[in-house]
Amino acid sequence: MPRSSDHATTPAATLIVDDSRPEQLLLTISGRLDLAGATALWQTACELIEQRRPRQLKLIATDIDYCDGTGIGLLVEMERKTLLHGGRFELDGLRKEFVKLREQFDLSDLTDLPSSRPEPCCLPEATGIAVVKTWQALRDLVAFTGELSMALLAALRRPRSVRWQDVWLIAEKAGADALPIVALLSFLVGLIMAFQAAIPMRQFGTEIYVANLIGLATLRELGPLMTAIILAGRSASAFAAEIGTMKVNEEIDALTTMGLAPVPFLVVTRVLAALFVTPLLTLFADLLGLAGGSVVLLSLDYPLVTYIHQVQSAVGIGDCLGGLAKSLVFGIIIAAIGCLQGLRAGRGASAVGDAATRAVVSGIVLIVIGDGIFSVLYYYLGI
Amino acid sequence: MTTAAKPIIEVQGLTAAYGEETILENLSFTVGHGEVFVILGGSGCGKSTLLKHLIGLYQPAKGHIFIDGQDLVSTYGESRQSLLRKIGVMYQHGALFGSMTLLENLCLPLEEFSELPETARNLIATMNLSLVGLAGHHHYYPAEISGGMRKRAAIARAMVLGPQILFLDEPSAGLDPITSAEMDELILRLAGSLGMTIVVVSHELPSIHAIADQAIMLDKETKGIAARGTPQQLAHSDNVQVRQFFARQAGN
Repeated sequence: MPRSSDHATTPAATLIVDDSRPEQLLLTISGRLDLAGATALWQTACELIEQRRPRQLKLIATDIDYCDGTGIGLLVEMERKTLLHGGRFELDGLRKEFVKLREQFDLSDLTDLPSSRPEPCCLPEATGIAVVKTWQALRDLVAFTGELSMALLAALRRPRSVRWQDVWLIAEKAGADALPIVALLSFLVGLIMAFQAAIPMRQFGTEIYVANLIGLATLRELGPLMTAIILAGRSASAFAAEIGTMKVNEEIDALTTMGLAPVPFLVVTRVLAALFVTPLLTLFADLLGLAGGSVVLLSLDYPLVTYIHQVQSAVGIGDCLGGLAKSLVFGIIIAAIGCLQGLRAGRGASAVGDAATRAVVSGIVLIVIGDGIFSVLYYYLGI
Repeated sequence: MTTAAKPIIEVQGLTAAYGEETILENLSFTVGHGEVFVILGGSGCGKSTLLKHLIGLYQPAKGHIFIDGQDLVSTYGESRQSLLRKIGVMYQHGALFGSMTLLENLCLPLEEFSELPETARNLIATMNLSLVGLAGHHHYYPAEISGGMRKRAAIARAMVLGPQILFLDEPSAGLDPITSAEMDELILRLAGSLGMTIVVVSHELPSIHAIADQAIMLDKETKGIAARGTPQQLAHSDNVQVRQFFARQAGN
């Protein structure tokens, strides 16, 4: 039995070097050759062999009174190093039970040790991998857009086929539960923007036009954009993580084999839910943003009615509807990209994390690109 | 596989509960040095709960668990960490880190708990993979290998720091008879040549007969131990339920 029960009394491993003979390096190891013992001797023993490069290394192992896998590892490493430098290795006096333990390991192929560090990737290879990955992602995006459009059309044609219970549940989680954070951020952004604008405008006595600025910026841009970014961080990542975990647990496979396509079953419900809640949240964000701006003007001694009047004169219904139209598209983008990244997730815990990160990053990028397209479109439409 | 007089694990009056619900009540048993000890029982009788208490994941409601003479229940901080380092655990589905190759999985504990140089870590990890019959599989990710291989790799990872006790949660569950027999052979080899104490949670009768020196069977009704002894003693136990468990599984 190699393991001794009262190892507290067993001395730690020691290494004695005897290089009195010219051709032979004589080493004696004694004590307890476990993880701690082997670690203590490893560096010294290996450096000794590296420096001396002995023709013959004789290792006296009679006094090793405990040895585990790590200890055997040290003996193997000493043999490997000696043979590598063209020397001869002789192991003497190793107890029978440790010899038996050594035989349990397959030591036939240890000349070329694998490394636990990933091999560095050269630039052309890395570029190639990146290009192929981007191409695959684009292809997946196009295929997914097509599949989602078909599924949404089918849902329009046969609304009863949609699992409305799921839609309302997701709408509650992604919409109603997001109200406090949307409210807080919109109010603060409105307030900060108004405050920053009021300082320079005050020098010209035009601080009343802060209302125009807040009205236009909030309804046309900030309301829809802020809501979309909050939803991308909150819901797109949640969708990606949820669907990604379902994929890891083979639930998506189970759905497919049941004859339920994942896109109509999982994605359409989420897209419809986002379609309902994003404009509502945007409207809410618009109101709270305007309220934030009003606080600054009230503090500058303008009555509330003046502020409201000024906002009314500056913005039209077109600005509000334009913002809401944008938010509809943002809602589809957020839900679709979250679900797509979830469905594209690999296996394993880190794959789910990667999918959630990709959902948020690509969601925000697509939202901003979409916003740019809307700006150009509205300019030409005169909205 | 000899049984030394001094136990390496000693459970005294262990009561395990989830909130109000008691799962195990006043359980006492010992596991000897170098023993292969099997905890068996039907589904839901608390086998995994007992294992999770033994490896320090759950704190018992009452009782003590002595590992190598030290009470796991009342040991905290650094001494608890060093006590836990005396044990290695193979979880039912392996619990290998999916984002790492097998070699990286094995190198991780060595990197964290030893001062060994990188070559040494790689050598020891490779040797341990060869010990469980996975030589040449070091570059695979857990998702790329079969369930049986994952379990063996998990055993290799549990052993890499040279623990005194190895806990295996259902090592043969879900494996085909040949792979299951290979797993039994591996357990016997580890117990025989490394002199490890191995605690196995299982309900696979062929495995129990093949590997167990001692076994306890848990009883769902009494929340205690229904029988204790060698597999042969259990098969002829006075307890009807225990006899039925052995007879029915043998019938299957």
